[in-house]
Amino acid sequence: MLELKKAAFDYEGKEILRDVTISLAPGTFHFLTGPSGSGKTTLLKLCYQDLIPSSGTLHIFGKDVRAMDRDDVALVRQRIGVVHQDCQFLNHLSMAENIMLPLQVTGKDMTSKLEDMKELMDWTGLSEQMDLFPPVLSGGERQRAALARAVIMSPELVIADEPTGNLDWEMAQRMLTLMIELNKMGKTILIATHDMNLIRMAKNQIAARVLRIRKGHLELAGAEL
Amino acid sequence: MIGRFGSLLTGDRQADRVVPPTGYTANLTAFTAAAMAFLSVFALAMSLATDRLATRWSQELARTSTVRISAPEGQLAKQADAVMAILLTTSGVASARLMSNDEQLKLLEPWFGPDLPLENLPIPWLIEVVETEDGPDMNGLRLRLSAEAPGAVLDDHSRWRKPLISAASRLRSIGVFSILLILCSTGAMITLAAQSALAANAQVISVVRLIGAKDTFIARAFVRRFTLRAVIGALVGTLLAMGSIAFLPSAAQEGAFLTGLGFQGWHWILPFLVPVIAGVLAFWATRIAAFHVLRRSS
Repeated sequence: MLELKKAAFDYEGKEILRDVTISLAPGTFHFLTGPSGSGKTTLLKLCYQDLIPSSGTLHIFGKDVRAMDRDDVALVRQRIGVVHQDCQFLNHLSMAENIMLPLQVTGKDMTSKLEDMKELMDWTGLSEQMDLFPPVLSGGERQRAALARAVIMSPELVIADEPTGNLDWEMAQRMLTLMIELNKMGKTILIATHDMNLIRMAKNQIAARVLRIRKGHLELAGAEL
Repeated sequence: MIGRFGSLLTGDRQADRVVPPTGYTANLTAFTAAAMAFLSVFALAMSLATDRLATRWSQELARTSTVRISAPEGQLAKQADAVMAILLTTSGVASARLMSNDEQLKLLEPWFGPDLPLENLPIPWLIEVVETEDGPDMNGLRLRLSAEAPGAVLDDHSRWRKPLISAASRLRSIGVFSILLILCSTGAMITLAAQSALAANAQVISVVRLIGAKDTFIARAFVRRFTLRAVIGALVGTLLAMGSIAFLPSAAQEGAFLTGLGFQGWHWILPFLVPVIAGVLAFWATRIAAFHVLRRSS
């Protein structure tokens, strides 16, 4: 599904990532951890093609990212759901419109998806917030709404960048439960987090692989988790 | 192309909502399109009026010529008779008429005033010649006149006609050039406004790109907005200009240029091309600007 080989990423001469090799198989669950500034977000951005590796190779859904034009990138992104750290909503649209946005921008028939959307809002516990606008929502509600938007297109891969960063423990557990449910539906999950308790809780429920970035280098986390 | 414009008008209002209202840039587009359309219609009217004037001058002067007779006083009448006899037997001459003293006085009045003692001045006699559609053989006529009346000079007005036609045609070219200049300015203004709107919505564009929107989808929202504003603005400007022109003082048959500034007959349809051209211009200017900005973004 996603394969990085000896990938590196430099920014203004500074090496952010080096020699990163990773392979995400369909239906697997991955955590990406490491200290702040270690390159977690950069690695995730490579995965959803917001950035291109400076060297090495990256194949997503079997396609080499360097051979893709802008339309190909858009089509690949339609198969990936991303929960951004800052959620990235359009403040002039209601939560329902924000969640439906991926359907709208890809020209999908939205009337046939209204029921799915309502189910999704129930699943994320946001039925009451459908008509509200992003600025009035709490951090937890925004994160769950971001997850709802990420999965409305039924993507094959869900990427989340610190999805529980601004949440209390109870809300973080609820978020993790939603992720685990998605994985059980066959979705591949990649979550960047520095919350070790969250990782331990997940490993008690599912077979999750934990990857750790240290000084731009990726390694499999040891048994200390 | 027509399909693209059709989809612009029917449009997807939901998709249009993805981009927040662009506020003053879109309103400025409408205002500028209206002002430019107003000026374009006037330039078009000037161009058409000049064209009509050139045609009229050309036709009126082309069908007449003048024979001037300069001779010692005792021979003037004799040579005039000879000239008239030649003219009236020349094919291509519809009529010929010796101009009276009063008519000559009127011609000279602008320079010498009303009380010119014409009888005391050696003024040449003038014969006005009206030609048929085919006209006479001018070279042959000149030869015959020089043989029978050595003091007669035939003037077919070509040396007056040429600079008049040339001036009118230059004015017409300036009118057309003005229209092109106005259209280019409109295109440049719409491009700048679109770029400004795109820059102001960089965050929105980034979000919709990240969730899988193609460039075409993003560009369409801006293209639709700016094209519709330009068409509406240009339509208002065109109607205002047409109204202003319609209420100008009407032109007399031989009226001056300014009173003849207007549209006649089917020419009243031409101004309606202005909003159409403004729409096409806005469509392409915004589309090119949008794709240019999007290609520079991630």
